Parts: sequence; structure tokens; C-alpha cells
Amino acid sequence: MAAVNAVPLALRQLGREWRSGELGILLLALTVAVAALTGVGFLVDRIKQSVALQANEVLAADLRLESPREIGDAYEREARRRGLKTARSTSVLSMAQLGEATQLANLRFVSEGYPLRGSIGVADAPFGAPVAVSSGPPRGEAWPDSKLLSTLGGKLGDTVSVGEVSLRVSRVLITRPDQGGGFAELAPSMLVNRADLAAADLLQPGSRASQAVLFAGEPKAVADFQRWLDGARERGQRLLDVKEASPQIQTATDRAGRFLSLASLVAVLLCAVAVAMAARRYVQRHLDSVALLKTLGASRMFTLAVSLVQLLVIAVAASVIGAALGFVAQEWLLRALKGLLRADLPPAGFAPLGLGFLTAIALLAGFALPPLLQLSRVPAIRVLRRDVGAPTPLVWLAFGPAVLAVAFLVWWVVREPRLFAGFTIGLAAFLVVLTAAGWLLVRLAGSLRGTVGVSWRYGVANLSRRRAESIVQIVAFGLGLMVLLLLAVVRNDLLSDWKRSLPADLPNFFFINIPPDVQAEFRMFLEARGAKTARALPMIRARLTQIDGQPIEALKFKDDRGERFAERDQNITWQAELGDDNKIIAGRWWTPADHGKALVSISEEYQQGLGLKLGDRMTFDVAGETFEAEVASVRKIEWDSFQPNFFLVFPPGLLDELAGTWMTSAYLKQGDGKVVAELVRRYPSVSVFDLDDILTQVRGVIDKAALAVQSVFIFTLFAGIVVLLAAVQATRDERRYESAMLRTLGASRGTVARGILAEFSALGLLSGLLAAIGATLAGYFIAREFLEVPYGFEATLWIVGLLGGGLLVAASGWLATRSVLEQPPASTLRGG
Amino acid sequence: MSNKEIVLEAQGLGKEVSSPEGPLAIVRDVSLQVRAGESVAIVGASGAGKSTLLALLAGLDLPTTGRVLLAGQDLNALDEDGRARLRAERVGFVFQSFHLVPALTALENVMLPLELAGRRDARAGAREALERVGLGSRVGHYPRQLSGGEQQRVAIARAFVVRPAVLFADEPTGNLDTATGGRIADLLFDLNAGSGTTIVLVTHDRALAARCGRVCIMEAGQLAPG
Repeated sequence: MAAVNAVPLALRQLGREWRSGELGILLLALTVAVAALTGVGFLVDRIKQSVALQANEVLAADLRLESPREIGDAYEREARRRGLKTARSTSVLSMAQLGEATQLANLRFVSEGYPLRGSIGVADAPFGAPVAVSSGPPRGEAWPDSKLLSTLGGKLGDTVSVGEVSLRVSRVLITRPDQGGGFAELAPSMLVNRADLAAADLLQPGSRASQAVLFAGEPKAVADFQRWLDGARERGQRLLDVKEASPQIQTATDRAGRFLSLASLVAVLLCAVAVAMAARRYVQRHLDSVALLKTLGASRMFTLAVSLVQLLVIAVAASVIGAALGFVAQEWLLRALKGLLRADLPPAGFAPLGLGFLTAIALLAGFALPPLLQLSRVPAIRVLRRDVGAPTPLVWLAFGPAVLAVAFLVWWVVREPRLFAGFTIGLAAFLVVLTAAGWLLVRLAGSLRGTVGVSWRYGVANLSRRRAESIVQIVAFGLGLMVLLLLAVVRNDLLSDWKRSLPADLPNFFFINIPPDVQAEFRMFLEARGAKTARALPMIRARLTQIDGQPIEALKFKDDRGERFAERDQNITWQAELGDDNKIIAGRWWTPADHGKALVSISEEYQQGLGLKLGDRMTFDVAGETFEAEVASVRKIEWDSFQPNFFLVFPPGLLDELAGTWMTSAYLKQGDGKVVAELVRRYPSVSVFDLDDILTQVRGVIDKAALAVQSVFIFTLFAGIVVLLAAVQATRDERRYESAMLRTLGASRGTVARGILAEFSALGLLSGLLAAIGATLAGYFIAREFLEVPYGFEATLWIVGLLGGGLLVAASGWLATRSVLEQPPASTLRGG
Repeated sequence: MSNKEIVLEAQGLGKEVSSPEGPLAIVRDVSLQVRAGESVAIVGASGAGKSTLLALLAGLDLPTTGRVLLAGQDLNALDEDGRARLRAERVGFVFQSFHLVPALTALENVMLPLELAGRRDARAGAREALERVGLGSRVGHYPRQLSGGEQQRVAIARAFVVRPAVLFADEPTGNLDTATGGRIADLLFDLNAGSGTTIVLVTHDRALAARCGRVCIMEAGQLAPG
């Protein structure tokens, strides 16, 4: 009943207060908060989708089913029924002949529609600059790769024969999306239309062929289909999605995703601060009207209902305007970045809208409801005695809902227990420290008053007189600044780590099957032609036969990866020094004294896949010879270093007699095609693996992720500034009155202005100092524990924190209270 | 003294607050009876406890000792909402600083107590009350568009519109010049005479106090005999 009666009064008051500009700040704070949040939400949503799509290009599809045997068409029928696109790729290892020359080649017969994701790069000459095309060769044509055409000594227009069919060479294959990052395909390859497969008559019993069916479509349909296919596929059929296909891209996407969710979390918390400040101001401004309503006979419920209705209307308006602004902002941003992002960027989903509304409600419930409940408790006697305010609330009632709302939102965004705990505990500790420091400053200000000039005395005296307000502002400023500094620190760490891990001279060619006797000469050949070579490592094929004396066939492994490690031949190596892209996470690396001992260092993936632990004994078979080694260490490998790396590494002196071939990687400048062609002719047995394209793909994804990070940073920066303004606004009325009083008493505008600046500068400096400390500590934690990048201490952070804090807060305070000085004192005093 | 019923009675009323120097008695052992239609002025020096006594009589605050019977109801026996309801039905207020809701027009301000009492004819009643105080042509104006005297007339219209049993006034002419204050006083006593409402007012204004049927002098928290 009270609520029904309260609605007309609430709306009438709301309309009037809106016209008089009373509610502007509250609405602005909420609107910007929602805009920042939904803007980030939309942006993250779309960029994540875009990154995922781009990552899928590595598979040439969203999903890929591979098998050494023929795959029936039932899966494709089911996929098409679900609205997915499909294509097929069959690869056969066979001889290609051009005139007199022959070469073993990996022939890829691809159907119409291939590739479902990404594009094929072709050129008119071997190792030429690629042009992107969206489909494979037409029937009757063949696109050999640079190495194959060089080895065969052919050119465009020649006829190449495979099996029973003759094909015209119409393009040179430079890149295709699914060429992969592994070493499965060492033979030169050629792209052929699948319609020519039957005529070629290559699929004989015993022929080395592998089949792949490709699927792509809407993310949800793909995910549903993946679940279905995972259950329906036959043994021996392997299902690949982007997570498995490309560890580099997955790492980049994961990092970006984590960072973006962290950034959106920051926006959420800034929203909370803004809402709390705005609600506080709302309460201050409504103490009189609530007391009056009660004097006139209104019940507590009625006054509460009036406030709630007003706030609800503001919340709804702010949500609608904010969501619209957020959408427009990200749309504008994405348009501005059009050249960098893929043209067919998926449309924004509606999920962020729901997120925006729900978050607005959660923040209001947590941060606005408690002060409103207090407001409704203002005693009626305030109409006679202005000094009577709302009673002090119980601590749990004042902070409980806020803590719950923050915990709910943090959990909603991170959904990782460890990070949730770290973030919330860190935040709580920081708030306690800020509050304590704010209290200290206020105490300190009191003792400094006698020693400074009149402006500073006035300004600093204000800090200690408005004790509670000062502390609230220090906490708000400190939190806002810390978040901005933290973003800058973490962002720098992230970007510099990416730059470091992907320098411009990252190896772009892998060379495998280098005979031991030409190994040194081969490296000299490359270096003489300006190539930058990486470490060279021996390569031996080995097969795992037993773990701790148990035959491998008898062991069960928890996932597919473990099965694959157990089933497959592995390339193993020996190495004296640990590369700087490797980190020992268990056990220890060998010293010269260990050389020749039966030890093995395994990678983290291998250890997890097979469930191994330090001291386990592993038995290997190398070319019929059996030997046993003990697990001495576990390594974490940075695969995106593009250096030769192996799951299994042995100490020198153990396998020296068994060395088969060597491998290395090198950086060759783009367009050094002639060097590669010469190398292929001079060392015909060496397999060349061109990584340029996959590197370009990885860089593209990382560029996009970095862009998203920076965009989000801008949103958060904006939200932070609005929080600062909202905080300054909270004491504006009081300042207006005081300024008028002082000027009436004869103070010049300059004196009052210096006083205001002194107060805000002091606030800003302390907040900046605390924020720098907080950001350094939190940055360290996040970089080390969460993003897993090294942390770099930055002195600039402290300078920026202190100076930036002082200037930003002083400027915000100045902007918000400037009008105080521009109004004649009389008008302010008359208005009360 | 007339035989009319007693609408307001204070029995042994006391109010203590805590201060840095220990408990401070602002109102001490005040007993008072006010009959229907009476006008009573409470006068005294600043800090004598006049406004606190008014707040206790109107149920805006609760006494430390003693009790107040307002329109036959013991205020101590009512909770905050109960006292608010009683005020909505039986009490009107006029304040020194007017206390109009700045967001509402003159008409809406006067409608407010009628709406709070759940009256359906709020608009018509409020318009009539404004006409009675001579502001029939200013109903759509906001408080800041009105002079001090006009604002106080709106407040008086708001106080009388519910036809209260008791009207409490705290320095009703305190913020006004002598001439305007005089006109406001005329209005108050005219309405009092016309409606039979009891008036209890706190004032420094001797002329205003002199127009009341009874003057109570407050000294150091107590009513001086007289």
C-alpha cells in the first residue's frame, strides 16, 4: 500500500529534481558505469569470438575429424542436418612426376568448400609472395608447394603426374591454413581437387593415406555437434578442435581472455564505487525531505518506498542509456579498427545487455540499498534540529550487502576459485589499508594546520573536519588510481612478454633430417647467407615400452593425450644446457657429472598425460635396442619460442651412438626464397618447414588481443575518472556554502581556490602513494600467478601514481567545484 | 479556564541528553494541559528548551521521563510509525524555515499531508486551503519562486488543510520582517478562530506571544509559574 501511494510522489519529486539538476550526478555515475560494463562486455564478446574464429583457421575448420582409414559420410549428413558446413581432405603419400624428375610428395585432395576457415596463399613462382584465395584448385589442376616444384625443376603450365592422372600446374602453393605447427608433414606437398582422387587411383590397400572431415558453423551448433561426434566417433578417429590444434594461439587467447575478464571486473568495481558515492550523496540530499515527510505523518515504509521508486527509475534509465552508449562505443571502436580486425566480425550478442542490467541491480542492492535503509530511519525531529542525521548503521548492515554484491560479481566474472580468493582478499586488504591511511592523513592534517598559510590551512583543515568524507574519498581515489595503475602495469608486462616471446627475428624455418656429417656445414651455409640460426639438436626416433617395469599396453591413461604419447613413436634428443625457453618445475637439470647417466627430463604435458612422477623408470626402444632411464626433472616449455624443443630430453653421453639426424631452426628474411631453393637442391635429404605463415597467424591473433586489452583499458580509465568526479561531487554543496562564507568574510577567490586545490592535492598525493604500493603488489601477484608472465618492477609507476594522483584528483576536484567560485556569495547564502 | 476537552497533556515531562560534561537535562518535569481551541505561546531565552519541549509535545521525539497525551493517545505507547499516523490525522506544523518540499509546487506541497492521510480529494482540498491563505493564483509556483511570507502562507495552508486538532508552530514569524510576520500571525489566529484548532507555538516575538490566550515562560528547561 505504501509503495502504491509512494509512486506518484516519487515520480513528481523525481521529475522536479531532474529539472533542477539534482539527480544528474547519480544518473551520470550509473550510466557511465553501465556503459563501461556493457561496452567492455560487447567488445570482449566480439573480440573473443573473432579470436576464436581466427584460431580456427589453423584447422581450416572449427572441428576436424582425422583417421588413417576411410571415414563414412554419416557424420557429414548429421552435421549438415544441424546446419554446419563440411569439407573433406584426403592426403596420400605418393610419387609426383614431372618430365624425368620424381619426388615423394604429400598429395592433398581437397573437396569443394575447402578451406572452411581461413584462406590458401598461392603465388606464381616458388617461394613468392602469397596471394590469398578462398578455395582449392579446380579439377585437372595441381598446386605444388615451393619445395616440390623446385625439386622437380618445374614451372607454371607444366604437367605433373600423380598415380594415373595428369594435372596442369596452375599455381604454387605457399600456405594453407591447416599446415599445422607439428612435424607430421615433412614431405613436400601438393594441393589437388578431390574430384581427381578416384582417377588417380592411389588408394590401394597398404597405401599411406589419411582422411580428414572438416566442420564449421555457428559456435553453439559446433559445440553441440562436437559433443555428439565425440560420443559417436569410432576408435582410431581423432577429433581436433582449436585447443589441441595450436598451443601458441591457445596460449595467446587464454591470456587475452583472462586479461579482458580482469579488466571488465575492474570496470564492475569502479561501478560499485561510483554507485556508493552517488547513493551517499542522494542520502545527504534527502535527509530533510524524509524528516519532513515523517513530520507530516508518513511511515518509514512510505519514505523508503519513495526513495526506492526513484532509484529504480534512475537505475532503469541508466541501464538503458548506458547499454546503448556501451553498444555505440564498441561499435564505433570496432569500426575505427576495421583494418585490423576481420571483416566478418561476428555481431555482438545480447548477453552483455543482460549482464549490464543484472550488474546494475546487484550494485544498487549492494551499495545503494543500505544507505537508503538508513535514510528511512532519519528521525522526524530533524525538522527542528538540523544536526540530527540518520542513526549509525550496524556494521554488517552497512557493508554486508556490498561485500556480498562484490563477491557475487567477482565470482561471476572470474569463476576460478584461486583467482577469486586472491582478488577478493587483496581487495579487502587494500580497502583496510586505504581506510587506515585515510584516517592517518586526517590526523596528520590536524597537526599541520598551524604551520601552513591561510589557503593551505583552510584546505587541510577541511580534510580533518570532514573526517568521514575525507576517508571515503581517499578510499575511492586510491582504489580508482590503483586499478588504473594496475592495468598499466599488467598490460605492459603482458605486451612486453608477447613482444619478447615473438621478436621479429623469431625462427621462421625449421630444418629436419640434417645428416650428422653435414650438420656443421649446413649451419655455416645458412649463416653465410645472413640467416640467424637457433640451437641444433640431434633427433632420434624412440618408442616407450614400459613404465616402472609395466608394459605400456597394460597401462591405462586418463586422457587421449596420454594414449597418444604411449602409442606413438617419439622424437627424443640430448642436450647439455637447459634452453632459456625451458623452466624446471620439478626435480633438477643435470650437471656435467650426470652426463652419460640413465636420466630423462620430461615436459609438463608428457608428465601430465602419462601421470609420471620424479624417479619413475621409463623403458625405451630405439631401433630395436632397449634402454631404461629415470625421470630426473619436469620442464615447462614455452612452445611459442619457436626453438627446437622435445618432450623427452636425455643427458649427453647416453645416446651419442644412436644419433640419427639433427634439426635446427633459423630466421630467414621474407623473400629469401632463393636461399631456400638453393638449400633444397644442395641438401636434398633435409626437410624444410616454413613457419612464416603460422607465425603471421599467431602475430595476428596477438595483435588483436593486445588491441582488445588497450580498448578495455580506455573504458576503464573513463569509468575511473567518473568515479573521481562522483566522489568530489559528494561534498560540493558544503563547499559551495563554505566558499560563500569565506568570501563574505573577505577571502579572495584566489585564496579559496588555493584552499580547494590544497585539499584535493593532499588527497590525491596520498591516494596516489597508496595506489602505487597496491598496484605494485597486486601487479606482482597477477603477473606471476595469473598471467604467468615475468614481473618487471617499474619506477615510473610510482612517479605516475603520485604525480598523476595529485594532478588528477586536484583537476577533478577543481572541475567539479569550480562553479563554487563563480557564483556570487549572496546567491549561495540565500539558497542555504 | 473553559470546560472544553483536553487535547494535549504533558505529565512530568523530562528530556536528558548526554554531553561531554555528563547528562544534561534540557527539559525538566514539565506538566501542561491544553484544551481544544486554546492558543498557547511558549516563550523563553535561547537554549531554555522551548523547541525540545515542542518536539516532545508533537511526538517528534520521546521524553526520558514522563508522558504526553495527544488527542487522548499516550505517545509513549506508540511506535514511530504509530506516532506518524497520529500526526497525519490530528497534527499540523508550521516551522521557522518553512520546510516546503522544493521539488513540489505550492499545490503539491499542500496536497502532501492529505495524500499521506489517504484522502482522495487532496487536490480540491489543497486548492481551497491555498485560496484561504490568499495564494489561489500561485498554486503552480515552486517554493523558490515565492517570497518568504508566501512560503510561510503555503506552510500554514499545508498545516491547516487536514483540519488538525493541534497546530504546532516553531518561531513561525522568525524568518520574516515585522510587517510580513504580523500578517502571518493574523492568518494563524484567523484560521484558529475559524476552525477551532488548538495552537501551541514557540516564539521570541513578544507581540505574537501576546496574541495567544496563554503564555508559558520556559527557563532552564522548566516552565516558570505564571
